[in-house]
Amino acid sequence: MLDVQKIIEDVTQVYGKSRTALMPILQAVVKERNYLEDKEMIAVAKALDLSPAEVFGTASFYTFLDTVPRGKYCIRVCKTISCHMAGKDEIIKALEDTLRIKVGETTVDKQFTLMTANCLGWCHKGPVMLINDEVYPELTPQRAIEIVNGYRRENAG
Amino acid sequence: MEIENTRPKRVDFIFNKEGIDPLKVVEKTIQRNPDDIILDMIDSGLKGRGGAGFPTGLKWKFTKNEDSPVKYVICNADEGEPGTFKDREILDQVPEKVFSGLSICGYTVGAREGFIYLRGEYNFLLKSLNEKLKRFNDGLKKMGLDFTIQMRSGSGAYICGEESALFESMEGYRGEPRNKPPYPTVAGYLGKPTAINNVETLVYACMICQFGPEKFREIGTRDSRGSKVFSVSGDTPKAGIHELELGMTVQQFVEEFGDGDTKAVQVGGASGGCVPRKNFKDTIIGYEGIPTGGSMMLFNSSRSMYNVLHDYLEFFTEESCGQCTPCRVGCQQLLKGIEAVKRGERPPAYLEDLKKLAATMKLSAKCGLGQSVANPFVSIVNNFREEIIY
Amino acid sequence: MNKFSVNLTINDIPVTVPEGTTILEAAKKLDFRIPTLCYHEDLCVAGNCRVCVVEQVGAKALVAACATPVAEGMCIHTNSATVRTARKTIIQLLLSEHNADCTKCYKNGNCELQNLAHEYRVGEHVFIDLINERRLTIDDLSPSIIKDDSKCIRCQRCVRTCHDIQGVSALAVAYKGDHQKISTFLDHPLVEVVCTNCGQCINRCPVGALVEKTNIEEVWDAINDPTKHVVVQTAPAVRVAIGEELGYDPGERLTGKMVTALRRLGFNSVLDTDFTADLTILEEGTELLTRLKKVLVDKDETVALPMTTSCSPGWVKFIEHTFPEFLPNVSTCKSPQQMFGALAKTYYATKKGLKAQDVCVVSIMPCTAKKYEANRPEMRSSGYKDVDYVLTTRELGTMIKQAGINFRNLEESHYDSLMGDSTGAGVIFGATGGVMEAALRTVYEIVTGREVPFKNLNILPVRGIEGVREATIKIEGCQPEWGFLEGVEVSCAVAHSLANAKKLMEAVKAGLVNYHFIEIMACPGGCLGGGGQPIPTSAEIRNKRSQAIYNEDAGLPLRKSHDNPEVKILYEEFLGAPNSHKAHTLLHTHYTPRKRY
Repeated sequence: MLDVQKIIEDVTQVYGKSRTALMPILQAVVKERNYLEDKEMIAVAKALDLSPAEVFGTASFYTFLDTVPRGKYCIRVCKTISCHMAGKDEIIKALEDTLRIKVGETTVDKQFTLMTANCLGWCHKGPVMLINDEVYPELTPQRAIEIVNGYRRENAG
Repeated sequence: MEIENTRPKRVDFIFNKEGIDPLKVVEKTIQRNPDDIILDMIDSGLKGRGGAGFPTGLKWKFTKNEDSPVKYVICNADEGEPGTFKDREILDQVPEKVFSGLSICGYTVGAREGFIYLRGEYNFLLKSLNEKLKRFNDGLKKMGLDFTIQMRSGSGAYICGEESALFESMEGYRGEPRNKPPYPTVAGYLGKPTAINNVETLVYACMICQFGPEKFREIGTRDSRGSKVFSVSGDTPKAGIHELELGMTVQQFVEEFGDGDTKAVQVGGASGGCVPRKNFKDTIIGYEGIPTGGSMMLFNSSRSMYNVLHDYLEFFTEESCGQCTPCRVGCQQLLKGIEAVKRGERPPAYLEDLKKLAATMKLSAKCGLGQSVANPFVSIVNNFREEIIY
Repeated sequence: MNKFSVNLTINDIPVTVPEGTTILEAAKKLDFRIPTLCYHEDLCVAGNCRVCVVEQVGAKALVAACATPVAEGMCIHTNSATVRTARKTIIQLLLSEHNADCTKCYKNGNCELQNLAHEYRVGEHVFIDLINERRLTIDDLSPSIIKDDSKCIRCQRCVRTCHDIQGVSALAVAYKGDHQKISTFLDHPLVEVVCTNCGQCINRCPVGALVEKTNIEEVWDAINDPTKHVVVQTAPAVRVAIGEELGYDPGERLTGKMVTALRRLGFNSVLDTDFTADLTILEEGTELLTRLKKVLVDKDETVALPMTTSCSPGWVKFIEHTFPEFLPNVSTCKSPQQMFGALAKTYYATKKGLKAQDVCVVSIMPCTAKKYEANRPEMRSSGYKDVDYVLTTRELGTMIKQAGINFRNLEESHYDSLMGDSTGAGVIFGATGGVMEAALRTVYEIVTGREVPFKNLNILPVRGIEGVREATIKIEGCQPEWGFLEGVEVSCAVAHSLANAKKLMEAVKAGLVNYHFIEIMACPGGCLGGGGQPIPTSAEIRNKRSQAIYNEDAGLPLRKSHDNPEVKILYEEFLGAPNSHKAHTLLHTHYTPRKRY
């Protein structure tokens, strides 16, 4: 169970109860659970004396601070030019097939969300994807599936 | 000036770990007067390596000259420009040199706190960076320098690479660029004078302090001193990171890195310009020609430049912060516009309207990134018009 | 010559201005108007619409005139070919993402984007229409405000208003790039968030993205319904602003013509909210004295001080959300509008021989929050909805135009009797500090038997434009029954706009200040700057309306609420005494703690 109060306490100890603590708190929540729930944004707003709309407005600006439910593993396939040229479409197709979801969707068991991302900074080793914070460059469709299977096994075991 | 058609000269400054102890460089440098350090920076001719190319020495000087008890120095590691990945490699391989450069900058301008703003996409580097940073901070403390460095993270927003947007993000706001003036050296992070430098710039600063400005100054050209780390990608057998002396032509570059069939090189990432084959010989990579943050993307004749442009415009449409009209709406119009021309819903002449729009964006967008969307658009449409239409 | 002055030229004309002046302000000094959209003089500078770009000789890009300070030797061109092209293109871009269905738009004729489109003759749509590509929603669930995202041009004036002026931030900017929009928390409807319905965002929205929810048609229906006796009440601030809707300059006092116009519109009786403003003073003044007695004499710790006013429904909703622990401090008095409604369907109906259900009460208010207030479930003490419809000053202007009334040529006339009498004290309710001043005029006299010790009854310390003002009045020479107040310095504070109210209440909460009585108005300048007042608004316009209000007060024969003859009769014949049981039933209310989060 994610304890947002604890996160807020920990972060504000370092950053103080000012707005500069906002990003670190939201990032810490997302690190644990990949997205922000309403009640967490409200708790953060309360702690930093902001309006919930301000917290939501800030969070929704940042691609990684999702405000809609995401799976345990967020897969982000880079879609920008170099990765496009290197075959990101095939990677996405392979992932869609193995996960049985489309881009933007989450698997029924809430394990995986498949998304695309703008340039991830691996243009020389595309196609590339992130799974949460882990990076997987030089993908082939086969390798992408194997990586996802690895997560599946880890989860089952 | 006659340009010899030789191969680009490789340099090994940045990643070379021999003969340099980054912490020792700090220790040695802080024995000197800040004004002397600034003079060295100015003499070296070092310009910001993030792409905008502002002289580093001047930036430090302006920040130092501000009368404020609190100042900040920041390392901009929000490397989001498509085609750029050098900063990640630098931070992965020689982070201490970055810390060193930032500490020297902090000492020089009179800051007690430094920050490294790392893009969220590079979070996997955080753990090891934090460990190394702890040791480095301890080292600074031991030598009696009242200066510490902290990490800050982005969360997926290209625009935060724009310095004032980066401050906004660090302050807990949406990463929306500010009005300028005031410039960061006057009012940056938390409204305090701030020197913000690119990762690579700080490494060169560290090297200049170690080896002297002459060593840097003696290579490159009059307008583009020294060397630069290039991120090479696209249709090339040598994709990766290459540190090269500045001043080469695109032709020289292509001969070294091309696959023999290069038809265009996008210099400076998505926000840079596209150089077609016919201009390779006459285009110098550097401030006298086409400046770059280091991204070099090669395209061979199998590639559709429509797709390339479409990708770029989609990128900008999504990554615009959205606050100013020319960028928010302009990007969408350019994207929908080339789609409409491609589908035949608008006549080819509509590209002229779009070029005028791009010109307006360049003139009136609020920040440098919004202004630069016109670069790829105009250069690709001008040089590959037929690929856009048919 | 000031050593901090800066010399520059604008369109080749030299000008000298103080350092820190923006190009926009410097140009204004030379009578060059530079068009703006996101700029608003009440708000911090955004510089995001880019309509105000001008050419600075030597700069590689155009600069935003609103956001760029002048510099020595600057050469600015505000109307060069480059500037015109850029500006026209930017207007075209805005139109391409704007639901430009102007003839159907509520703001048709009073839209800054429409004006610019006209001025620059944008002609045919050059760009692709982006409006159909998005799922843009209309939030019309609030009784006060309609938010239509398809009209929004993202100038962020509303966001800055909600933050800078009101300290509420019910609205924020959300998402980025092509998805960027103005949003509430998770895009909830305005009724479900901390919105106070103050309507200040409406006053500053340059287009039709934020407008009031109109009730004009319902009011016409009521007027045309022969079974209804339609009573109209007009708030104090309406009479000094209605002119702006009808082509007058700000600050015209048009009470008499407005009354005639209302009669011509077909209202059965034209009455005055000022009447119940006077009544409010007697109720609220008595409540204050009772609280003081309970605290000072009875040492009753359950009674809360400072007491705050309750006339401003934006303030009431704000305190319910933000400082629910201070609800016992809020005067239990209903606002004048609601006192009027409750009496119209009881006292008035009986006197006129009407059934309560046949009386329809319409209010003309400078306010959008009044629409919400009238819909509160507490506001039915007559057994019916006490106030049936609330119209803003702007809606009244529309009705007068619809009816084809030549307002300028109208004769002046007086309010009808029975709840139409008022004093100057009721009139100044429309300005910040007015309730305080009116209350002090009455309370001081009740306690001492003498008039307040200020020249011409003008309690100047509580007037003005500063966000928070303080005043103390030492009470000396009390009547015997008020002896416990002898020598007491009654300490008062006045705040207008909710950001100031928040500051003041935080200081109260922290124990940094001690007051007996606090007046708070949600809107800048008080009701005269209300969210239902004519658009545009500015400090200058509000100042002119304020002068008009104080002139109206000064010119009235009666200037103290307790002198209002109809109020005296009301107590004698109907209510008994202030704070009587009957008064409590009809004229007082209670509040609901709400969540801020």
